[in-house]
Amino acid sequence: MVGVFFTYFALISIAAGVLTVTLRHPVHCALSLLVLLMHVSGLFILLNAEFLWAVQVIVYVGAILVLYLFVLMLMNLKTDERYFHQSALYVMGPAVLGASYVLYNLLRSPFDGAKGDTPAAAVLQDGDTYAVGIKMFSDHLLQFEIVGIFLLGAVIGAIVLAKTPKQLDTERGRS
Amino acid sequence: MIPLSAYTAVSAVLFIIGLTGVLVRRNFIIVLLSVEIMMNAANINLVAFSHYLESMAGQLVALFIIAIAAGEAAVGLAIIIVVFRGKISTNVDEMNLLKW
Repeated sequence: MVGVFFTYFALISIAAGVLTVTLRHPVHCALSLLVLLMHVSGLFILLNAEFLWAVQVIVYVGAILVLYLFVLMLMNLKTDERYFHQSALYVMGPAVLGASYVLYNLLRSPFDGAKGDTPAAAVLQDGDTYAVGIKMFSDHLLQFEIVGIFLLGAVIGAIVLAKTPKQLDTERGRS
Repeated sequence: MIPLSAYTAVSAVLFIIGLTGVLVRRNFIIVLLSVEIMMNAANINLVAFSHYLESMAGQLVALFIIAIAAGEAAVGLAIIIVVFRGKISTNVDEMNLLKW
């Protein structure tokens, strides 16, 4: 049963990824990226990561993708006639060969390593959100603060970049 | 039980698709969308290893990646708006003002 779900989520997300890259109209690309994100969040459910599933649906689909769609509709983009690079076809053959070699090695290799301290039973006992929270605010507090500062900088940078430049012109004229 | 290598294979395929999109497409917004695909591939990898190696750190890094993707989307879209306001199209090939 889990295998069926995994196959479904994996195949649909790969197909949606291909559509995101190949479709012509940018809004269609963003909508197929939505399909991709929802199915990747399904993969998170299969991996016992409900909190990341919720974050993926709320933050990625609900905030980031909607931001992309807003900008796409704000700018009313015309689609180019030739929307691929011209030199893409020459690179594609060797790239596919190399990628399939890497993929073959990936599928053959047995991944293993030192086990951590939270087995699946411990995660399921109190829920994934509890486990993530305990881990984040004990061992990874510094990273959490750094991400907070980073987001503040990103917000300030976005506001400064997207501000209308009229105010700058008057200042320049005054000085 | 799904082997871990299946998850890494899905993630590798998605990453390659995103990389192809970054290299091949000429629309700036589609390039940013392809970067999002690559970040999702990295997230699948991190969460899969976090589940199979029974450690919580992978999920935390995936969370931080989502936060950084949000910041990257905000700044990237602001740059697109600035470029588009200057009557330059969103074609990546025509953005060469910063080129030496």
